[in-house]
Amino acid sequence: MENRSGKMPMRPGGAGGMGGGARHMAGFTGPKVRAKDTRTTLKRLWKYLRRRSGMLFTVFGFVLLATLFTLVGPILIGRGIDAMTGGKGGVDFRSLAAIALALTCTYFLSALMTWFQTYIMIGIAQDTVWDLRSDLFSKIQTLPLRFFDGRPHGELMSRLTNDVENINNTLTQHTTQLFSSVITVLGALSMMLYLSPLLTVISLATIPVGIAITAWIARNTRKHFSAQQTVLGELNGFIEETVSGQKVVKAFCHEQESLRSFAAGNDRLKDAGIKAQVYSGIIPPMMNAINNMSFALVAWAGGWMAINGLITIGIIASFLNYSKQFARPINEIANLFNMIQSALAGAERVFEIMDEKAEFEGNEDAPSLGDAAGKVTFDNVCFGYSKEVPVLKNVSMTAEPGQTIALVGPTGAGKTTIVNLLTRFYDVDSGSIRINGTDIREVQKDSLRRALGIVLQDTYLFSDTVRENIRYGRLDASDAEVEAAARLANAEHFILRLPEGYDTVLSEDGGNLSQGQRQLLTIARAILANPAILILDEATSSVDTRTELHIQEAMLSLMKGRTSFVIAHRLSTIREADLILVIHNGEIIEKGSHKALLAAKGFYYELYTSQLRY
Amino acid sequence: MKKLAVYMKPYWKTAVLAPVMMLLEVVMDLLQPTLMASIIDRGIANGDMDYIIRTGLLMVGVAAIGMLGGAGCTLCSSIASQSFGTDLRLEMFRRIQTFSFDNLDKFNTASLITRLTSDVMQVQTVALAMMRMLVRAPLLSIGGIIMALAINPGLALILLFTVPLLVVTLAVVIKKGFPLFSAVQKKLDRLNAVMRENLTGVRVVKAFVRSGFEQERFGAANSDLRSITVRASRMVGMTMPVMMLIMNLSMVAVVWFGGLRVHAGGMQIGQVMAFINYMVQILFSLMMLAFMLIMVSRAKASVERINEVLDTDVRIKDSVNADAEPIQAGQVDFDNVSFRYEGAGGAPVLKNITFSASAGETVAILGSTGSGKSTLVNLLPRFYEPSEGHIRVDGRDLKDIKLSALRQSISLVLQESILFTGTIRENIRWGDSQASEEAIVEAAKAAQAHDFIVSFPDGYETLLGQRGVNLSGGQKQRLSIARALLKKPRILVLDDSTSAVDMVTEARIQAALKERLAGTTVFVVAQRISSVLEADKILVLEDGEIMDMGTHHELLLRCPVYQDIYHSQIGEEVV
Repeated sequence: MENRSGKMPMRPGGAGGMGGGARHMAGFTGPKVRAKDTRTTLKRLWKYLRRRSGMLFTVFGFVLLATLFTLVGPILIGRGIDAMTGGKGGVDFRSLAAIALALTCTYFLSALMTWFQTYIMIGIAQDTVWDLRSDLFSKIQTLPLRFFDGRPHGELMSRLTNDVENINNTLTQHTTQLFSSVITVLGALSMMLYLSPLLTVISLATIPVGIAITAWIARNTRKHFSAQQTVLGELNGFIEETVSGQKVVKAFCHEQESLRSFAAGNDRLKDAGIKAQVYSGIIPPMMNAINNMSFALVAWAGGWMAINGLITIGIIASFLNYSKQFARPINEIANLFNMIQSALAGAERVFEIMDEKAEFEGNEDAPSLGDAAGKVTFDNVCFGYSKEVPVLKNVSMTAEPGQTIALVGPTGAGKTTIVNLLTRFYDVDSGSIRINGTDIREVQKDSLRRALGIVLQDTYLFSDTVRENIRYGRLDASDAEVEAAARLANAEHFILRLPEGYDTVLSEDGGNLSQGQRQLLTIARAILANPAILILDEATSSVDTRTELHIQEAMLSLMKGRTSFVIAHRLSTIREADLILVIHNGEIIEKGSHKALLAAKGFYYELYTSQLRY
Repeated sequence: MKKLAVYMKPYWKTAVLAPVMMLLEVVMDLLQPTLMASIIDRGIANGDMDYIIRTGLLMVGVAAIGMLGGAGCTLCSSIASQSFGTDLRLEMFRRIQTFSFDNLDKFNTASLITRLTSDVMQVQTVALAMMRMLVRAPLLSIGGIIMALAINPGLALILLFTVPLLVVTLAVVIKKGFPLFSAVQKKLDRLNAVMRENLTGVRVVKAFVRSGFEQERFGAANSDLRSITVRASRMVGMTMPVMMLIMNLSMVAVVWFGGLRVHAGGMQIGQVMAFINYMVQILFSLMMLAFMLIMVSRAKASVERINEVLDTDVRIKDSVNADAEPIQAGQVDFDNVSFRYEGAGGAPVLKNITFSASAGETVAILGSTGSGKSTLVNLLPRFYEPSEGHIRVDGRDLKDIKLSALRQSISLVLQESILFTGTIRENIRWGDSQASEEAIVEAAKAAQAHDFIVSFPDGYETLLGQRGVNLSGGQKQRLSIARALLKKPRILVLDDSTSAVDMVTEARIQAALKERLAGTTVFVVAQRISSVLEADKILVLEDGEIMDMGTHHELLLRCPVYQDIYHSQIGEEVV
């Protein structure tokens, strides 16, 4: 007999990792999540594993051997006990020595096999997970913006991290454990039958009781855990919202109300939590007791049989050992099954992304746009982000090479949408957009975007050096070219004042720079890219006026000789444009030069003079 | 850990009962092998079936009592740990509600949320585990050692070899494994960072056609993670086989040396069997103890982070003799006010600010980013405390007014419009929970929000997602303004709160405000000059100092900075 507790998650032959073990001991089993289509998910996962199927079969071979060696242990110990039955002075040392030697060898081999098995399996799992991650990332690179706009980043991150990690754990631990558990159960059962069929039947009498009780409790546990999970989700949502809005809570003296709502949710969580913990925590002592009772049965029956000379004491000892080995994996198999199920559900979520439709599918063979600079034509373009709400209605316009086109209009009029269509972040619903006469849907997407230089509303910088952030515009640019671009963008004076100059590492999203400085860096990036067509989307919106002057100078040098589209709230930015398009409710309602539009006294005039109304 | 123990105090009876119940289970568990041994050595050896049956019954009874103990422990520990966690969470939340703005700035939102959610969860889980496993493991190993010594002290000497061997193995794994795992965590963070950057910067990546470059970056991070994970996992993967081997070999030793003793007549067979049993129990418990200690040490970081929240000093609170009288007129005086953010070290954000705003006046504050505009208005509701100088409202120092009275009288529309889950009506009602339906509609109309609200299918009943996600920036700002107006404040602060609203709508809002808020003192912080033209007084801030102060016409004549701003936005030809 070994380990009576029944609570240990570790077994001989298993490779319980640290984290898994600790989590388990706290009695925490989350609610079950099942894959919708297990068969398909398994098949797709197998495609990844198949590349390493040889190694995989080796692993299972080792698991089989390790488990079998472990199964031999108890029978040898039983023999050892029998060798002592002579009592005082009657111990058979020759067989005892042989048995001790055999045991030592068995245990060494078992440990060795387990070690090999773990070693190889970790490699297989990591390689598989590497493949999965990199396929997922490559896929994400090809997905259209529509995909990202509809999903919180947290959810996508969770698929890439938690779900993939789950698959990793299942591969390294759960599958081999499941395999070894099944073998152990079968092996122990055969050994028990071999030792004494009668004793086997008697000791198995408690098994149905155990299974019935566990199943009943597990059903309740599941129910209470998912209740707990729901309440926890609600409370966390409330916490997140209230703490993020804490300044408003204080400004409106809402502290007491918040506290009241929180306390109510908190109490609900307590009730749900206690129920879930009690139900899940009660299984181990219950199983422990049932096992102990089956020992009493075996002691009674075994005792009677031993007295009547039907079996030896050693057989009782081995038998008790096997019934232990038999009982434990049975509890575990259900648990392992759940974990594998939840990993499969994760795998399904990962595959869901891989099934998303990529943007520009099959456009690799399309002709390249070429360097010739930029006549842009919008021809009757209609578009809506969702089918019900049209954002652009019959927009037509032409930008001649080298012209600056300003897009003006109230928030939500559709200015940014025009940019999204030109870059093919989204595709038009009807009508067409042409560059130099070619429909942009018929050119290679890379060449299209290379021809466009975009300075976006949200200045996005990477956590890398200033130099590398500028170089993002053109990866093969030399240091001298990077610095020249920074100078043109009026950015060099502040870059040189940074602690490490061009080699200063920016924190994620450039947090250690002011909004204006970040904007200047993105302009330098666009200058370096040297595009034929330039798009400036609200590039100076959240910058104060004096910084704006710097940026404007930089933008002017950038716009020289290129077809440029400029979007801005500030009319001062727009005055110099060759053509101003006034957009309202998704339509171009006025177009012309600044002077002509003022003279027309229309919407533009109203917009412009509203600044001076008082 | 000690500090948090206070929150366990109300439940100490349950918390103490849990280990006691566990003790019961452990004792019963420890009795089983001995009972089994006596069945073999006395019952079978003497052919005494009666004895076997009686002892067997005893085993059943012992198992039943053990189960009661185990179930009782589960019940008590669950109740105690969940109640403890609940109280701790409530206390933290209560604390955060009293935080002043500089406290909130210090922690930042994301970290406060983690502390309230996963850190508390972690501590609660450990508390539960401590009451169960951390009691069970030592009890079982000590009990096992006692029983083993009782059976045969000589054979127990084997433990002198195996226990230290086990401890050393574990120590080596922990010592070598932990740095590896923190390296894994670092590489994982790196991988996540690349991923997050690609999600947030997706437009930039696409616009510059950099997916190949990004894939290389990600590939490198991915490979780094793989190689370090393989190393760490293989290291830890070795622990189990090694420890099992140690345990199994000591079993072999018991069989061999037990055989010697049986031969010499110092021991009986059943005792050897019982000894093997206790040995396994001792070694398993020790391993479990080690894993528990690892878990507890991981929770230490959480405990520290929770304590930081609980120990935070709230600087801004009601003084003893603060006055609950609300503000009547709304006359505001800044008297030589300076301010620097706590811990920021460097230069003060505001320097020697002195000005007065009479009741009903509109004061505009203009200046470049970082000139201290927002800081200045945040001092008014005492979100921050001036480092030097005084602020008085109707002649009363802010410190002498109860915070609730002060903040009820001041409405603030913050730069970032924050809305809460709930209907539009509920969100506006934040301004005044007693407000009538008409008052709500009226406030929405003044904020130019009524039209877009009724254009929604559900009108005022439209449910807003978390932080108002289904609204545009301009719409959110207008709802925040409506919410602030509903409060009927004596002092209204608009902190760059129309930046996402187009200029035509902004003009309408301003007209409506003028009409509704006669007699209310208004502070307007703005970037756009159009927002400040009609103010009674314009403060031009530069580097935290008032550079000039006056009406639009006065400033246009004499203040060069103002002229700069004006020309850059309005254009010379119109002037």
